[in-house]
Amino acid sequence: MVLLTLMAIVTIGVVRLRNLFAVVILGGIYSFLMASVMIMLDAVDVAMTEASVGAGISTVLMLGTLYLTKMEETRPAHTPLLPLFVAVVTAGGLIYGTIDLPPFGDAAGIIHQHVAPHYLQNSIVETSVPNVVTSVLASYRGFDTLGETVVIFTAGIAVLLLLKGRRPASEPDSNAAKARSRRRRPKA
Amino acid sequence: MAALQELVNHYNHWIAVFLMVAGLYVVVARGNMVKKLVGLSLFQTSVYLIYLTPGKIIGGTAPILSDEFTVYSNPLPHVLILTAIVVGIATIALGLALVVRINEAFGSIEEDEIFEKDVEA
Amino acid sequence: MKFDTILRIGTKLFLPFILVFALYVQFHGDYGPGGGFQAGVIAAAMVIFYAITFGLEAAKQAMPPLVLEVLIGLGVFLYTGVGIVAMLKGGEFLNYSALKHDPVHGQHLGILLVELGVLITVFATMTAIFYAFVGRGR
Repeated sequence: MVLLTLMAIVTIGVVRLRNLFAVVILGGIYSFLMASVMIMLDAVDVAMTEASVGAGISTVLMLGTLYLTKMEETRPAHTPLLPLFVAVVTAGGLIYGTIDLPPFGDAAGIIHQHVAPHYLQNSIVETSVPNVVTSVLASYRGFDTLGETVVIFTAGIAVLLLLKGRRPASEPDSNAAKARSRRRRPKA
Repeated sequence: MAALQELVNHYNHWIAVFLMVAGLYVVVARGNMVKKLVGLSLFQTSVYLIYLTPGKIIGGTAPILSDEFTVYSNPLPHVLILTAIVVGIATIALGLALVVRINEAFGSIEEDEIFEKDVEA
Repeated sequence: MKFDTILRIGTKLFLPFILVFALYVQFHGDYGPGGGFQAGVIAAAMVIFYAITFGLEAAKQAMPPLVLEVLIGLGVFLYTGVGIVAMLKGGEFLNYSALKHDPVHGQHLGILLVELGVLITVFATMTAIFYAFVGRGR
């Protein structure tokens, strides 16, 4: 509960700050807090992934982008009232929806009645793998993981296509764009 | 007393709702594209929380089978969220690559400035 | 960067342990927390660490981008390959029980190979994306 409250505080920081560097670092802290919450929820595999992906790789990529673009966000031109209104209405609807959800930590919840007991009872008999998350991930739900690997593959290829080629220096008006971007970059 | 019980039962959900709405607000209200992507990842992580919360059983342990334990938390949401995290980083990386290219083409990552230049061109 | 002796030596000392930890997470994933994704990301973090300390060119010599581009495809190929071999041996697509005579051994082998495919793709993709972002600045 303390962790969740801390997460909410960090989120307020992320929303309010305009220095993008600080926002990205706070995002890393947020990911570590999220990983701790996941350990409390018994999801050790997920916590490990979140700590390495959320706090590691995505922070590095965001910092790389900031290096290529700029560090400071301009003051928002529009009034934030309409988005705030939308957000509050959405929150109201969602909280109204949570009232009917089963209480936290209840072993009789619907989610524990369906296929999960089968996985827990038969994992060792059928696959000889004690870590049920691994056996479900790779064997019972192998198609999901195949699809996910293909998503990674596609994203990798798309990023390489977008960024690998040389800068478009030969195109006619790109010199002006480059000069503009150089002017806008803050003095480091 | 009933109110306290209600709070304990739904605290995770409410924090998740707060995170989700904060992400939504950032995506809609802010014009900076990197900030928008941070908001998008806030939104994503709130969904992780919503999925993992009902899988927990009080008194249960992580779903790694052993003779010492009998009650395990539900492994299925863990698997789904593992997939979601990795797909999430793939999306974020692709979005950041697009931001870098937009910056090279327009010299800006602010939505309003880009619209202005697009109208000029 | 030339004078940061402690940083350079420290990095060199750390790298093998990061790699060993990644492989531990990979192959111990059946018995403890871990698996292909985590191991791939940790191994990619090792390359990123090396690139941050010694520069992008040194990292590209240690792990050439061309090799990475091959590896991105190889992981997916390995994953689908396991599925198709299972089909050829008389099971359904990705039904590892058909891989060996004993279905349980087949399942174990299939899970190991599939996780290896995931490891290769995730590691290569993450490192290649990092190279693409950092190499863009020059």
